Amino acid sequence: MIELTINGLKLSVEKGTTLLEAARFLGFPIPTLCHMDGLTPYGACRLCVVEIGEGARARLVSSCTYPAEDGLKIRTASSRVMKARKMILELLLASCPQSKTIQDLASAYEVRQQRFKQEYETCILCGLCVRMCEEQMMAKAIGFRGRGEHRSIGTPFDVQSDVCRLCGGCMYVCPACQLRCTYTEPEKAICGGCANLSPPCLEKEQFDDMMCYMKPCVACEIRKD
Amino acid sequence: MTTETISGVIGISVSGIIEKHAGDRGGLISILQEIQSRYGYLPAEALKTVAEQTGRSLVDIYGVATFYRSFSLKPRGKHLTSVCLGTACHVRGGAAVGEKFKRELGVAVGETTADREFTLETVNCLGACALGPIVVVDGHYFSNVSPVKVKEIVEKAKAGLDKVEIFRDQRIFAVEVGCPRCNHSLMDSDHPVDGYSSIRVTVSFGDEHGWLRLSCLYGSYTVESEFKIPPDAVLNFFCPHCHTELIGASSCPECQAPMVPMIVRGGGVVQICSRRGCKGHILDMGGSLPF
Repeated sequence: MIELTINGLKLSVEKGTTLLEAARFLGFPIPTLCHMDGLTPYGACRLCVVEIGEGARARLVSSCTYPAEDGLKIRTASSRVMKARKMILELLLASCPQSKTIQDLASAYEVRQQRFKQEYETCILCGLCVRMCEEQMMAKAIGFRGRGEHRSIGTPFDVQSDVCRLCGGCMYVCPACQLRCTYTEPEKAICGGCANLSPPCLEKEQFDDMMCYMKPCVACEIRKD
Repeated sequence: MTTETISGVIGISVSGIIEKHAGDRGGLISILQEIQSRYGYLPAEALKTVAEQTGRSLVDIYGVATFYRSFSLKPRGKHLTSVCLGTACHVRGGAAVGEKFKRELGVAVGETTADREFTLETVNCLGACALGPIVVVDGHYFSNVSPVKVKEIVEKAKAGLDKVEIFRDQRIFAVEVGCPRCNHSLMDSDHPVDGYSSIRVTVSFGDEHGWLRLSCLYGSYTVESEFKIPPDAVLNFFCPHCHTELIGASSCPECQAPMVPMIVRGGGVVQICSRRGCKGHILDMGGSLPF
């Protein structure tokens, strides 16, 4: 067992536990965007930063990827941490202002303005959907492509992948995109139609063997009635 | 040819490349590099074949292929033109050179001309900043390029960059030689080769016996002869004045045929390989005769 101190509270955890898991066990709230139980930690969004160490050697680390160490002293809400988190949220707002998840987080952390050039992206490259597709759906239909500012997530050659089962898991986990699918061409797009009230699967019987991750699925509920 | 047969051909030849790197976990980039050097780009069919045969997912391979700038998923032209826009080249006017290339070729960066001759690309640094702005065409580096020189570079690339320009290439210079035995000059000003006086010797091969004129330009391999000499034939060289055989003690470093020595006016010895077509030669400016 490993002994560590979080915000002054002593805690012993098993080897391999991440700081995020330990802090959440004690009930300290740490916001995350790219973390999900059941998927490997990725450390992309940096929202889960915590401060470790003391004095001049104190530093910020992403708690979702940092394994617990014996005698570690962690502060989850120091002024330095809050300042960093606010800045990250401000940057996220600058790139993806339409995301409800990001808006809510920004509001909760009292980010009232953003001072950067406003963009309207639909992706924060957190990689949740990529890990969902690979680790939970065992499909590996989507992945990262390109590099630098050209980095994007999608299928190879931008055509529907042979291994994609249109499960919608990628849309379900996405913190940034809301209703990205195109209803007019259901055979080419991920459905996700349950999020509004006119899903295409009602009229077209194209999704019989689909694994649906939308709960509750409006279409299935209506079909039952 | 239908697309089906094209993809079939690609499938077959890609298999050989994949087998070569089989079992090598880090072999993906090598495989992609070989495919690219064979086709000039990475065809979609080839990537699918790589995915099937290596057991990797297509997404991973596509990710690698799009990550590195040297891989291209679009067919590229015969001549790949890279304009350096690194900091040093940019400061020295690399951007203007890039603009001029765009206008000269009529394409944007990353595009290929309609006749599939040129592909224009920009790179961020080639590591030769002191020579900037730099343009690389088919592996040939052009240094201190200004927009004025762009047209010339394009013309050169069209004519073929591997062709050596005899009068401008500094590696090529004229040598005057004489017979090592009688010291008589072998130069023949009446029958120039490459625009310079030729080196005239007598050669024999089998039953044939006749004159041979060599270019006196060091680095040029132009030869005129009285009778046709089959390639790879080893000849006997004679001085046309004293009729001694020109034969040295050493053999060619490339093909082991006997070397033919001649003394250079101004000091030194040049030795050429006696085998037709072999480019083996030794120039020793301070050396003495190898007898």
